[in-house]
Amino acid sequence: MFRYIIRRLLISIPLLIVASFLCFGLVNAMGDPLGEWKLQKPRTPAEIAAAYERTGYNKPFMERYVDWAGDFVTGDWGESVVPGNAGKPVKEELINAFGTTLRLILVAEVIALLLGVGVGVVGAVRQYSIFDYTATGISFAMFSMPLFCVALVLKAGGIQFNNWLESIGAERWLTMAGPPGEGFSGGFIDQVYQYSGAFILPTICLVVIQFALYSRFQRASMLDTLNADYVRTAQAKGISESRAIFKHAFRNALIPIVTVSSLNIGAQFGGAVITETVFGWSGMGKFLVDAITDLEPYQVLGFMMVTAVFIIVFNLIADVMYAFLDPRIRLD
Amino acid sequence: MTEIGSPVAQAPSPSPAEASQFDTTSTRKQSQVILRRFMRHKAAVFGVVLLVLLVLFAFLGGAIWKYSYTDLGFKRYLPPSADHPFGTDRLGADMVAQLIRGTQFSLQIAVVVAVLSTIIGVVLGALAGYLKGWVDTVISRFIDLLLVIPSLVIAAVLVRNSFVVSVAGNGGKSNWMIVALYMGLIGWLSIARVIRGMVLSLREKEFVEAARALGASTFRIVFRHILPNTVDVIIVNATLAIAQAVLLEAALSFLGLGVQSPDTSLGLMISLNKNELTLHPWLFFTTFVFIVLISLSVNFIGDGLRDAFDPRQKRVKA
Repeated sequence: MFRYIIRRLLISIPLLIVASFLCFGLVNAMGDPLGEWKLQKPRTPAEIAAAYERTGYNKPFMERYVDWAGDFVTGDWGESVVPGNAGKPVKEELINAFGTTLRLILVAEVIALLLGVGVGVVGAVRQYSIFDYTATGISFAMFSMPLFCVALVLKAGGIQFNNWLESIGAERWLTMAGPPGEGFSGGFIDQVYQYSGAFILPTICLVVIQFALYSRFQRASMLDTLNADYVRTAQAKGISESRAIFKHAFRNALIPIVTVSSLNIGAQFGGAVITETVFGWSGMGKFLVDAITDLEPYQVLGFMMVTAVFIIVFNLIADVMYAFLDPRIRLD
Repeated sequence: MTEIGSPVAQAPSPSPAEASQFDTTSTRKQSQVILRRFMRHKAAVFGVVLLVLLVLFAFLGGAIWKYSYTDLGFKRYLPPSADHPFGTDRLGADMVAQLIRGTQFSLQIAVVVAVLSTIIGVVLGALAGYLKGWVDTVISRFIDLLLVIPSLVIAAVLVRNSFVVSVAGNGGKSNWMIVALYMGLIGWLSIARVIRGMVLSLREKEFVEAARALGASTFRIVFRHILPNTVDVIIVNATLAIAQAVLLEAALSFLGLGVQSPDTSLGLMISLNKNELTLHPWLFFTTFVFIVLISLSVNFIGDGLRDAFDPRQKRVKA
């Protein structure tokens, strides 16, 4: 097992190198990050030359890549290239964005998993009951809605709700401008009020989509195990219904959801682009969209390296967990 | 509905004339069995009806409806009325005509995406699973690479350089095909992984060994012997890919990386109308409902197909 993990991690190093090179090429293919700046107002050739010199964009492509890679492994992740962004260091910005995204997705993911697994299991145990039909209907509807529309409707509803709160003389509760600031100090009740107001809408938005996925998946795998021969054997031997459901069926039905959720969580560190954009959280998704809009090569590369590591690690976790939970599977 | 084929219904033994009315399971082809099961899945049949109506609306609606999407002379922001059932938009165009055109583009995109991603995914997945060795390594590492590179970066490159492929001939400005190609080129990863896994186990089966012993070529073994055994998974995945494509296209449009004028799509329409949500809600919600209807109907069909193909499912007896 240990050797397997080490080998998988070693294989991913060349993957990261190739991916970063391709990604650099792609960003380059989008255009010159200084192109727009040059056209904003007349610039003297000396100004332009200085800007290219400062950013290293006077060098050929390969040289720039090698420079970046050399700096990256020593911990210098480069700076913003576009003069408007004033040479902000990529690493610090990424760390901030990552923290924001982490706070957002952790809560949402836990809620979605618990809800999804719970509803999926009950739906499978009571198959074709009113509960099952309702849950299936809701998850189908959620699955079929474009996320950004859900987010926009939630936002509009939140504004209405705030107006109503004000009309009855209460304070506005829901905020749509990211997480509360660091310097906030107030009573415990105030803190809870602020944090819940900032989290509730984007969390609902993320839970809606994840829940639909998890509950469908859990229901299907629970049905598989409930109908499996070994569960029938156990029942024939006379164990109680609840023991058959929880000890025999449920534990095995969790194996697929562990794989799906860990792959899913790995991908989510890339940020919830739409939720973050609509609710004004400057997380990873927003970071990437801004970087692409500004054609910032080192920001995009830094983003890719961080998210790639998470995708690789969580893929590995999924495989290891799978082997751990199902002893028939051998990793080699 | 009569329970044809159930033994209880046939006892006592029917006269020969009566017996001919009852098919026994053995005389029915597998495709008929699947069709019967599918037809008893109410949600799936509802999905088919809904989808047919949507397709008719999109591709024949333009010829029937009294206004064209190019008629811009109406009063702006008219609320829904008898003359304009869905109102008019910010340019003074009839929303029904706009929705007809938007649905048409969204369906076109979704079908291209589903076909393209299914073909790429099935072929590469089958090759990786059957040939194993270095072919498998190359394809698998390529999938890893595409998982790791942020897909928005690829989308942005293609959208910014959309002169690379020009279709439809109107000065190279039409770009729905580029968006569709991009989504198809990104969307094959999951089906490829599934097919690879299935082929890996199918290739060890006796019938494949028999075909190999008889001297069948690799091409023949993969396409005539192995892939027909995965056709259920392929069809279900392709169906669901249509629903996902409609939603993904909407998300890309919201981020400004989707279809652009002069083309249109439901996703582009709804992101252009996103600020009208409170003041002119019909502009937002009519489009929203159309997106949901398309993906809901396709999801229902996919679910029905999955159940119909599954020999173990007990819900609808064949």
